[in-house]
Amino acid sequence: MVQLHDLDLYHIDALLTDEERMIRDTVRQWAADRVLPHIEEWAWNEHFPIELVPEMAKLGLLGANYPDYDLPGLGGVGYGLINQELERADSGLRSFVSVQSALVMYPILQWGSKEQKDRWIPRLGHGEAIGCFGLTEPDFGSNPGAMRTTAVQDGQEWVLNGEKAWITNGSIADIAVVWARTPGGVRGFLVERGTPGFTAVDHHGKYSLRASVTSQLVFEDCRIPADAILPGTTGLKNPLMCLTQARYGIAWGALGSAMATFSAARDYAVSRIQFGGRPIAAHQLQQEKLVWMYSEIVKGQLLVLQLGRMKDAGTMTHQAVSLAKRNNVWVARECAKLAREIHGAAGIVNEYPIMRHLMNIETVYTYEGTHDIHTLILGQYLTGIPAFDPPHPAE
Amino acid sequence: MKCIVCMTHVPDTASIIKIGADGKHIDETGIKWIVSPYDEYALEEALKLADEGKADEVTVVTYGPQRAEAGLRECLARGAHKAVHIVGGEKTLGDSLAIAKVLAAALKDREYDVILVGVKGVGTDNSQVGQMLAELLDLPHVSNVVKIDWNDGAVAVEREVEGGHEVVESPLPAVLTAQKGLNEPRYAALKGIMAAKRKPVEKIELSALGLDEDTLAGADATYNVRSLELPPEKAAGTIIQGEDDPQAAAAELVKLLHEEAKAF
Repeated sequence: MVQLHDLDLYHIDALLTDEERMIRDTVRQWAADRVLPHIEEWAWNEHFPIELVPEMAKLGLLGANYPDYDLPGLGGVGYGLINQELERADSGLRSFVSVQSALVMYPILQWGSKEQKDRWIPRLGHGEAIGCFGLTEPDFGSNPGAMRTTAVQDGQEWVLNGEKAWITNGSIADIAVVWARTPGGVRGFLVERGTPGFTAVDHHGKYSLRASVTSQLVFEDCRIPADAILPGTTGLKNPLMCLTQARYGIAWGALGSAMATFSAARDYAVSRIQFGGRPIAAHQLQQEKLVWMYSEIVKGQLLVLQLGRMKDAGTMTHQAVSLAKRNNVWVARECAKLAREIHGAAGIVNEYPIMRHLMNIETVYTYEGTHDIHTLILGQYLTGIPAFDPPHPAE
Repeated sequence: MKCIVCMTHVPDTASIIKIGADGKHIDETGIKWIVSPYDEYALEEALKLADEGKADEVTVVTYGPQRAEAGLRECLARGAHKAVHIVGGEKTLGDSLAIAKVLAAALKDREYDVILVGVKGVGTDNSQVGQMLAELLDLPHVSNVVKIDWNDGAVAVEREVEGGHEVVESPLPAVLTAQKGLNEPRYAALKGIMAAKRKPVEKIELSALGLDEDTLAGADATYNVRSLELPPEKAAGTIIQGEDDPQAAAAELVKLLHEEAKAF
């Protein structure tokens, strides 16, 4: 089987350091050994492979980009490549690692107290605790600023009320980073599993991210101690900063999905014999599809590589991340559709990875800022006008 | 204990091999190089000793071109403490005795309790370097090792022999060649990968060992490649349709196996 890395027309390998290549190859090998043989079954049975969490921790995949607490301290590109290789296997697995690293460990490291960091970062890094991130609500997704969840102080406690929806890892999380409206603005809170008044219920019937846990979090007069607040949080910009971190990983991860569907389609096209004893790859229509996929993957790789170098240099803006997330997830979505076409009927069964990736990427297209919202973020960057919440005409 | 692990950097076993323009080497364009899988078993055994506190130093040694440093770094990423890179070897590729001479010259004045080597380098598949190295260093050796019990100053080793396992005891230091089944090599952890670049890789030129690659590959050569060719393409298989009459199909299969494939 020809792998995408054998088709490195733009010598992208040479743009990586030895460490980055080794990181990529190690995670790729691990996923090929430990995930790919079982992933179709897990997805079919709606099973998140929680049994792999200790292995992922041992490899250093949880919080890999932080240097604190003896974590690996990878650079932006190395961290991106982890996401790429995990999502080449399955978006659900990559989502788990993204949430743990970018949405749970990141806010605790950024805005947590020393006690909070000491308590949670080693456990999250070692996979002894799982985290989730509660921002989206049933009624508010793209506009989190309108959130209804509240936190009010009552003596030495905070009292949380409200609901969060579409929360990855929700019901398996030991610790939830929950964003709630307080009289002083949006603040972040750490809510531990089992706290009275806090329940997590899974969303069922998902056709997408079936190998990942997605839950609703419900807070009913949920009392947490005064020191459960993330003391450094000041407003909505804090969760949005978390999302920038997570979207960065998604921009890389989506390419992994695109690589998986492209590689499968390329192999299928050269081996599927149809007219005149020739493979379907001999037909121009199929070649055009493969060329489109390949060209877009190469462009997407160059995009995230530059983004990663900017991240390390401290010059990466959230708009730059929006551009990469928007582009690469769209590419992955189109690749999955084209790969399905090339596979013909075979593309709909789980003997091939296509339908799973195709269904997964629908979620990725919508979560962490929908494709459309990223379009409008970039539109605002270009015009200065926030079209998602346009200025009202003078009244 | 101090462990030496000999490593060779070989084309990925999934590589598509093409013959080079000179007809004597493979075309290295686009080849991905990896640590030879049998050397991974050798390394893993040493790393397990280090994990158990029985080994305080694991040194990986290779004789190979500049690119082989990436293989050493991978071993360091998995947990080896230091590496020795004897630079060269392109002209002596496949010459087991030349390779053993170079390794012996680099190791003879070092301190070690055991030398672990993969049973063979994937690709050339000669299965000779370990044994030759032992002879040149005047050490006992056990080949095809699938299990090692480490005792004080000695080992009890299970080796694969035709149809079974043989248990051999040997004093240390000794050379052991690692066979598949010895262990399950670990993945490099990301922290190990980041730490590997800070670990020492000692570079040694052949001249510093009193050796010369041209002489090894010329006057002293014991192995010369005349030509390389790819195996002939396999003919398409024959499918016997048997859904309607399985008995006739089975009879046809037996006939073809006997008369055409000459399988019996």
